[in-house]
Amino acid sequence: MVVYLAGKMVIGSSKKVVADPIEEVRRICALVVDDDPLVRRIHGMLLARYGLETEAAENGKEAIDLFLSGKTFDLVLMDMEMPVMDGLQATQRLRGMGVSSMIVGVTARGLEAEKEAFMATGLDACCVKPLNAEAVISVLDELAKKLL
Amino acid sequence: MQRQLANMKQSLFDQGYLDEQFIQLEELQDDANPNFVEEVVTLYYRDSARLIQNLEQALEKNPLDFGKLDSYMHQFKGSSSSIGAKRVKIECTQFREYCRTGNAEGCKKTFQQLKKEYATLKKKLEVYFQVARQAGPVEKACRPK
Repeated sequence: MVVYLAGKMVIGSSKKVVADPIEEVRRICALVVDDDPLVRRIHGMLLARYGLETEAAENGKEAIDLFLSGKTFDLVLMDMEMPVMDGLQATQRLRGMGVSSMIVGVTARGLEAEKEAFMATGLDACCVKPLNAEAVISVLDELAKKLL
Repeated sequence: MQRQLANMKQSLFDQGYLDEQFIQLEELQDDANPNFVEEVVTLYYRDSARLIQNLEQALEKNPLDFGKLDSYMHQFKGSSSSIGAKRVKIECTQFREYCRTGNAEGCKKTFQQLKKEYATLKKKLEVYFQVARQAGPVEKACRPK
């Protein structure tokens, strides 16, 4: 059961309704992958506002390395265009590694063909940046369904 | 002072300097991060200075590398969008259109206009944040009419 507690999203340890939703809960973890430090700051802040714990990576390779180091994330915000390794390659690699986190592509480009190509790499959704509160709530609603 | 701040913000929106994204940033400000917007805007001007320099150097080359120019401007537009810098964003879009059509003069002219808008917004926001600091925290972000 997903519980919104004081505006923060938490999950219960079982699917039953729990009397005290604070028991055995953990915070949702998110990884913001973007080469723009401004976007990392803003998207990190947006997610933290909804109670998520966030980390950041500057490019796709850093994101892969975090997963390889044993870290897990419920949600990844993946920028499309980045140096070293872009979002398409990184998403493909992560899915190839068996990562089942929700990966949401984030792109400044609104072209349908490019978004479709990005989706085809294994994204769960694709949004135009900068994200706003409405987009984040929509992503968290989808994440809640996935986690149940 | 709060009213003065609200009027300043209204004016920035009415004159097209800022868009809705700026409000989104203000809505993220809270007691734990009371200067978030100023922090983000400072980060923007610090990081984009490098892009401006790259663009200036690239515009001095002959012939122009429109692909490289477009790439720099794509990054610059993205950052400008993140803080709601509406007029700067419009110039970025125009610049990219000139890159697409290979119009060197158009690129150079638009870049000059972009730098003007960028500098003007910086001055206006510096004053805005100065007043905001004096006014103290507001209970919640106020949307302009």
